[in-house]
Amino acid sequence: MTTETLSPRTPGKHRSTMPREVVRRRRYGGHAWHPTLGTGPLPRVLTLLALALMTVVWLVPFGWGVDTSFKTEVDASASGADWIPKAGFTLEAYRTIFGQGNLPVWAVNSVVIAVCVTAITVAVSAMAAYAFSRTLFRGRRVLFAVTVASIMVPPQILIVPLFRQMLAMNLVDTYAAVILPQVVAPAMVFILKKFFDGIPRELEEAARIDGAGSFRVFWSVVLPLSRPILAAVAIFVFINTWNNFLWPFISTSDPQLMTLPVGLSTVKDSTGLRNAQESAASILGSIPLLIVFMLFQRQIVRSVATTGLGGQ
Amino acid sequence: MASVSTPARQAATGSRRAGFRRATATDRRRSPGGAGWLFATPFLVFFTLFLIVPIGIGLWMSFTDASLTGHGDNAFVGLDNYTEAFGDSQVWQTLGNTVWFTVLTTVPLVVIALVMALLVYTGMPGQWLWRLAFFASHLLPVAVVYQIWSMLFQPDRGMLNSLLGIFGIDGIAWLTDEKYAMWSIALVTLWWTVGFNFLLYLAALQAIPDHLYEAAALDGAGAWRRLWSVTLPQLRRTTALIAVLQLMASLKVFDQIYLLTKGGPNGATRPILEYIYDTGFTNYRLGYASAVSYVFFGLIIILSIAQLKIFSRRED
Repeated sequence: MTTETLSPRTPGKHRSTMPREVVRRRRYGGHAWHPTLGTGPLPRVLTLLALALMTVVWLVPFGWGVDTSFKTEVDASASGADWIPKAGFTLEAYRTIFGQGNLPVWAVNSVVIAVCVTAITVAVSAMAAYAFSRTLFRGRRVLFAVTVASIMVPPQILIVPLFRQMLAMNLVDTYAAVILPQVVAPAMVFILKKFFDGIPRELEEAARIDGAGSFRVFWSVVLPLSRPILAAVAIFVFINTWNNFLWPFISTSDPQLMTLPVGLSTVKDSTGLRNAQESAASILGSIPLLIVFMLFQRQIVRSVATTGLGGQ
Repeated sequence: MASVSTPARQAATGSRRAGFRRATATDRRRSPGGAGWLFATPFLVFFTLFLIVPIGIGLWMSFTDASLTGHGDNAFVGLDNYTEAFGDSQVWQTLGNTVWFTVLTTVPLVVIALVMALLVYTGMPGQWLWRLAFFASHLLPVAVVYQIWSMLFQPDRGMLNSLLGIFGIDGIAWLTDEKYAMWSIALVTLWWTVGFNFLLYLAALQAIPDHLYEAAALDGAGAWRRLWSVTLPQLRRTTALIAVLQLMASLKVFDQIYLLTKGGPNGATRPILEYIYDTGFTNYRLGYASAVSYVFFGLIIILSIAQLKIFSRRED
């Protein structure tokens, strides 16, 4: 609501893709003038130090996981904080977990489920948002009010009745049971509706005068203009689904149907004697999303910025 | 598709023929009813089946003694479940734990996110790295967070206690000492989720118009002064929103606690959602679990309404 980082791309209005700091530095004639940074070297050095320190603190836990995954089990369960293991680095842990276990199955499940949830959510939410934004069907005001109000309902409180429902529908331990309850995203409908409201109606009217019907207008005018917000919503839904734990955990007990977060959590033993293997599995389990983030950082950052506060 | 577009097209041309004066501006700009229903139906079907219906079923179940084991024992028990819930010390303890967790996490998750965003916003070289470092942990599945931190927290061999040892401090039983367990969970949560708020702040910072800073600079305000008099006041609304979102998110904590401590030691970290889960899926008392869910839901609704009230007053 506060951060209008995305607005409809209207023809003739070009959005600069240049990073802001570059724009600013140019504008101020090459000076290091910055809104929140003092002049002179000291503030810059202090800022850099603070950033470096926090970065190290934030990266160390994950780094330790990566480090452990390349140790022998003996070194991995050894006491202390030695980054360089006594027996040297090894790929043993990775070799072991590739030969056994369900990791590839869980990865495939995660992909299938996240892709399905994302595709269905974006499709049905965009259509509903269009209906709320641009059509005059009876009851739209009430339905939209109910949709917005339902943003307040935490999905977590529905686990018991939803599970009962899945039992009644005979869906427990199926993909459908994991996927279907996750596609209801009233907050995304709200965000998309707000965006559609901002698209100039003249464009739509021009298409209508050319004889386009509602569906054609939606498909050929509204959707192409909404690509950035659709991407933002899709990324947001995908990440949330990929990492969702509670519902997939409740709705599946068959290891063949588990997602990565659920599957990985079931194989950990508390003794810590398989630290290397478990770390290796964890690293492999987090790599897909980390790679996606590294490749699409700008889009993901924008997605969080547009959708993150949208529920409010 | 033809059936979708034809009536709409007819109506569109019809209203044009009828002349601009008779149709209101909105009527002309929106397409008529039938198409709207077609567009809304898929969402409304899912919405009804997986949100409205479960809300209803849950409410009904909360008045019965429904269980996961037997069939046909869904006897109506009136308010019994609710009476039991309000007298159940476990409900109060787990609610207390949830609130305590929320208190411990909300402030650092807002303040540290703001500090990170302010530091990154200075445009120091390495933007990509800073964003990656602060946000990447948010992308980790909870099972990975569990794996990493249970290694770091191991009392006798773990890295954190080894580090403390270097400074001559005795090791802490991070997750197994009632005194420290919730603090440890809060620490993990801070590390895991702060990146999300960080990105929200970063976007808000970038949305502050430059002319405010230029005016401040012309008035001779230094960097420190600009931070206090321009940046922070401009972020007030964002901060309120992030704090509220964080509050709601923290109240719904389950995943990391369930995996790291199973609610222990001695129930010291068990949140209300875990109590609902345990009651429903371990003790098979679905009816009672539903009632506890609705007590919790009531609390969330009260907080949401309070928040709406505060916000609408502020916007006046």
